Amino acid sequence: MALPKYTELHYRIWHYVYLTICAAVFFFLVAPLFVIFPLSFNAEEFLVFSDGMKRLDPDAFSLRWYQDMIYGTKNPWGLAAKNSFIIAIFATIGSVILGTVAALGLSSRHMPYKGLIMAVLISPMIVPLIISGVAIFFFMAKVGLAATHTGIVLAHIILGTPFVVITVTATLSGFDHSVTRAAASLGSDPVNTFMKITLPLILPGVISGGLFAFVTSFDEVVVVLFLAGLENTTIPIQMWTGLREQLSPTILAVATCLIILSTLILVTAELLRRRSERLRGINR
Amino acid sequence: MSSETKQILTTDGIPLEVSLKKAEKKNKIKAFLLVAPLLLFIIITYVFPIGDMLMRSVDDKMVTEMLPKTFKSMEKWDGQDLPPEEVFEAFYFDFQKLIEEEREGKLSTQLNYTKNGFKSIIKKLRRKSKSFEEGNYKEQIMSVHRRWADVEYWRAIKRRAPSYTYQKYLKGIDMYENEKGEIINVPEDRRVHRILWMRTLEIAFFVTVFCFLMAYPIAHLLATLPMKYSNLLMICVLLPFWTSLLVRTASWMILLQQQGIVNDFFVMIGLVSDDNRLEMMFNKTGSYVAMTQILLPFMVLPLYSVMKTISPSLMRAGKSLGGTPFVAFWKVYFPLTIPGIGAGCLLVFILAIGYYITPALVGGASGTLISNQIAFHMKSTLDWSFASAMGLMLLSGVLVIYWLYNKLVGIDNIKLG
Repeated sequence: MALPKYTELHYRIWHYVYLTICAAVFFFLVAPLFVIFPLSFNAEEFLVFSDGMKRLDPDAFSLRWYQDMIYGTKNPWGLAAKNSFIIAIFATIGSVILGTVAALGLSSRHMPYKGLIMAVLISPMIVPLIISGVAIFFFMAKVGLAATHTGIVLAHIILGTPFVVITVTATLSGFDHSVTRAAASLGSDPVNTFMKITLPLILPGVISGGLFAFVTSFDEVVVVLFLAGLENTTIPIQMWTGLREQLSPTILAVATCLIILSTLILVTAELLRRRSERLRGINR
Repeated sequence: MSSETKQILTTDGIPLEVSLKKAEKKNKIKAFLLVAPLLLFIIITYVFPIGDMLMRSVDDKMVTEMLPKTFKSMEKWDGQDLPPEEVFEAFYFDFQKLIEEEREGKLSTQLNYTKNGFKSIIKKLRRKSKSFEEGNYKEQIMSVHRRWADVEYWRAIKRRAPSYTYQKYLKGIDMYENEKGEIINVPEDRRVHRILWMRTLEIAFFVTVFCFLMAYPIAHLLATLPMKYSNLLMICVLLPFWTSLLVRTASWMILLQQQGIVNDFFVMIGLVSDDNRLEMMFNKTGSYVAMTQILLPFMVLPLYSVMKTISPSLMRAGKSLGGTPFVAFWKVYFPLTIPGIGAGCLLVFILAIGYYITPALVGGASGTLISNQIAFHMKSTLDWSFASAMGLMLLSGVLVIYWLYNKLVGIDNIKLG
């Protein structure tokens, strides 16, 4: 963004003001995430930077909260992590299968009432979570699935499918349908065509939809608050309870792990997006 | 020439038009069958339960089922004077049945909602009715307490006859139906819900404005920078987007606390004195700051995707035609970004209006929204029908915005990341 030499002074000033504003906004966006890192290594029990930490004294830092997270007897983080992963994995599988199949139908040009059906399928993403939580709780209580893993997995499939539908339909919009016709004319049945031709081509979209579904489930707390019993506790539930009751540095240790996890997911999603754009020949 | 000779036939002798229609229909069914599993799943587990909420919110069968004979006999009563003997008789028999089933307590609670003063007279009736003689129930019931001889109380019972009610919705906007059936406001000092609705709208509105003001410059920067820099900066937008909501809320709780870094900074630059640190958490400020940061990516992404499509030559053309850069921006660039502004603002507003977690953690008493009230009634007071009614009122608002969004942006144009 170098300015041409002939730029007048007041535009020059304005340009730097603009860049400063942008820097401030980026700082506002990202900086809060970085307070968590150092504080999770705090040797003391308070959630403020101790004088030792400000002096970078090595004794002021410790791994005790990470130890507490893993070995602490009172902490249910182990159970919560196990539940979170099990629920998120099954919810992702369910969302990806249902969402991808539906997206295939939706991107067919023969699909009747496309707009209406799309609006219904996307609605769980738009409706405020608290309302979804109440509605899904009523349903699960009625069919006897409240406070079960199955119930929570089903609830997260509901919340996760819109993301898969959106990403996969977006990928399919650039999809060249003549390749499937070519496969069919060469004698391939539809299932074989899908597995060998369509799926590999739309895979980046499917995986990034799956990542969205995974994160949605892994991070979801409102609906789980209504559905979960003691045995179904998840990481978000534990964090919620912890943040409401006693804000201990152990939560920051967990939060650090979550930030690392989300960074990994972000990198994967970005790489996939670029690969998909390259494959579809979109050059930006 | 007759029309038959004009018709083109396929090899099996069927007219082409018919054959094409058949193929078309087959394709339609095929496409629909692919969507059907998810559609059915969503309808059964999601759309119907929302319908169930609607039923719960208007359901008032409890009293209707408790006093079936009474309401039947009341049909002929005009409500002017005291009801005739048959109503009293029917009420007596219904009431005896309730005593047998030990449900008269529930009846008194329910009737007390409609009119204060039922609790004690039902208790008294329960005691006295054991020694009632057969016949002339009107006299006997009226002698239990003078309120049983007051026509107002019988009218109150009659008002509970329908199995459906919209009382919960009135309660949601701090109104109620009085004895005469007029809809009036509750006393000023008890209007809690209107304050909450207004506050929800206010916070959602200002969060949207703040998000817009902050997102516009950075989206512009991202869209105009060369790819290799903008990709790096894009991560700054996407990282918070992918990070757990609770983690982000936790970091704001640390930053905004009285001994937190933000206050430390203010003390350091001399904005506030050390013993007079600002309270930025557990109030509206907390909700504003945290929600703006959390929802900011949802504004940046739609703006960015629109700005990306605007050719830089347009601005150059504007300038070459004699506009100053500001004029060129305002007359050329800005109007072109309006679709992105619309999409981003509606998205952020929809998300903000239903926010629950962040206000509950950093909002305190003055920063909570309508969602928190719904959760409170679901979990603490267990008034599920009221929670449902409030939820549906919120939902109808969101659906209006959703509809607008669909009109302006098109629901299939939502982009993620």
